[in-house]
Amino acid sequence: MSAVVLDVKGLSVAFGGVQAVDGLTFQVREGEVLSVIGPNGAGKTSAFNCITGFYKPQSGQVAFKGDDITGGRPANIAAKGIARTFQNLRLFGELTVLDNVRAGTHVRLRQNAFDAILRTPRYRRSEQLATDESNKWLDFVGIKSDRTAQVRNLPYGEQRRVEIARALAREPQMLLLDEPAAGLNHNEKEELLALLRRISELGIAVVLIEHDMGLVMEVSDRIVVLSYGKEIADGTPAEIRANPSDWVTQFMEGLPDGPVHFHYPAVPLAGDLLEASLEPGDA
Amino acid sequence: MSDQTPKEPGVTGTDAPEESSAFVRAVEERGAANVGLAGAGLTPTSRSKGHQTAASKALASPWFALAVAVVALALPYINSQAYTLRIATDALIFIMLAVGLNIVVGYCGLLDLGYAAFFAIGAYTAGFLATAKGMPMWATIPFVILAAVAGGIIIGGPTLRLRSDYLAIVTLGFGEIIRITANNLDVTGGPNGLFGIPDFGEFGLRADVAIYWTTAVVVILAVIASSRLGRGRLGRAWRFVREDEDAAEAMGIHTYKVKLAAYITGAIFGGLAGVLFAVHQTAISPPSFNFLWSALILMAVVLGGMGSTPGVVVGALVISLLPELLRGAENWRYFIFGVLLIIVMIFRPQGIWPYTPTEQAVKKSLFGRFKGGGSGNTAGTTTEEVAR
Repeated sequence: MSAVVLDVKGLSVAFGGVQAVDGLTFQVREGEVLSVIGPNGAGKTSAFNCITGFYKPQSGQVAFKGDDITGGRPANIAAKGIARTFQNLRLFGELTVLDNVRAGTHVRLRQNAFDAILRTPRYRRSEQLATDESNKWLDFVGIKSDRTAQVRNLPYGEQRRVEIARALAREPQMLLLDEPAAGLNHNEKEELLALLRRISELGIAVVLIEHDMGLVMEVSDRIVVLSYGKEIADGTPAEIRANPSDWVTQFMEGLPDGPVHFHYPAVPLAGDLLEASLEPGDA
Repeated sequence: MSDQTPKEPGVTGTDAPEESSAFVRAVEERGAANVGLAGAGLTPTSRSKGHQTAASKALASPWFALAVAVVALALPYINSQAYTLRIATDALIFIMLAVGLNIVVGYCGLLDLGYAAFFAIGAYTAGFLATAKGMPMWATIPFVILAAVAGGIIIGGPTLRLRSDYLAIVTLGFGEIIRITANNLDVTGGPNGLFGIPDFGEFGLRADVAIYWTTAVVVILAVIASSRLGRGRLGRAWRFVREDEDAAEAMGIHTYKVKLAAYITGAIFGGLAGVLFAVHQTAISPPSFNFLWSALILMAVVLGGMGSTPGVVVGALVISLLPELLRGAENWRYFIFGVLLIIVMIFRPQGIWPYTPTEQAVKKSLFGRFKGGGSGNTAGTTTEEVAR
């Protein structure tokens, strides 16, 4: 078994009275693809935000390659080799595609303000490196659009991939992807699947939050199931399929034919359905 | 009630509604993206490179910038009247202030309403050291830089940890504090200010010509420096922070340090502009650094085009020269000035010469050489367009 890259122990974070993440414990090993699944509001994104430092966990520990990174500054955690994407696209919309990906190379560039003002050879070397690396990763994720265009003018599917390219340009040991397939069509999902495999082949550990169970089952080495901030299952896709929790069953059966109700076994009437969707707690 | 589904609060927010089907979700998300795309072509700030006219290419070329610099340096040969040189020197100093504020507001997106404070710090530090301590003017420059950096850290250090508009309010207060302090201290000459401030030397020229040339050289260097700073690693980081602080942080960019760097750099530009101002005026007093200055400098940045160096230079020229050109209108001139500014902002909200985030192949640039290594398409680039 390969080495543990990320070790999360008893991670908890609460907002007001809501326990978003409750004693989450899991490990990510080198080069594996781990999916975190669970209903909306299960605390998946909150867990991501705790790991990457955007939220400060109230208790628990996060260790990355043996270093304790609990509650560290996001920039420092990113500099250690964790890159992430966001649930909603968080690209630098006004800037060019290339500039967006150059953000990933930032921590690797060796130049200072005086190099930039004086255009020293060091400046030109490092700018060339930033450009070459950015092109390399844009090629890797397969961006065919004009890279000198503003990124917000790209089609949505390509923007998603630019965000992954930006994270990869950081040369991370671990990549956290928050719902990378959201809003993608069937073909784009197929491409994403292939891309995830190629990323995994580079030896980068991939942690994925995803709702598309087809994709999850296809790509994952291991699946962690969250519900109400608690981990309710952890195993290979085969194990999860063989011994699914209630909502996983419903999830797999319910998609993509109609509305999925994770917590209510039966919601017979359309009116009730609407109310249930507005106030999920009052069944 | 106990099994209330916990909502994930904060950063990401808009999860698709829980109960919607995958199809509805997909339609919503794709729909929004498509609407954004369809609308993108209509917004005034998006210009495709295909539409670049020969004129706009010529304007964006570094040769045009060089020509402007040559004209600026040759002005005393073209027209050496005392009045011309005086307003030209004022305009140059104003350009320096505007490109300095552009680093803070335009590149990094930090709204600074008290920029005149750094202008005052520079002017008073140089004025005090030159008059009271008898230092030659050039020797005061390191002290001015130190004072500006210290001012930047004192005001930026605590406030840049905050997001949004708190910074604007605090900087507004800071600008006033500096002015009122100058008004009440003895070393700054109180309400009378400092006078008899020497110049850098006359180099055997007429005094105002010498001052003009010194100012022109410093300002040209400052404009080049600010433009180049906007394009390197730090300049990119400033733009990343402006566009999305969280995403920048997730890329390993220490956003607080980056913002502080922008603030301090802006402070240094402001401080050095203050030295030029003190030399040019030979006397400085607190009313020279009131809020109107901060507002006018910000106006120049917004009018010209935030984040665009040539735009900001044009904006500064308009703001500083237009009242002079309108002198014939006598009492009406500030009214007309205001109306013209409003008209420009209505018809060109993005500024006179807005920032265009285009990239230029290295082979087209004056410096460097294309070395390849990228992919086969147009992306083999290194420096972005010179005029931004």
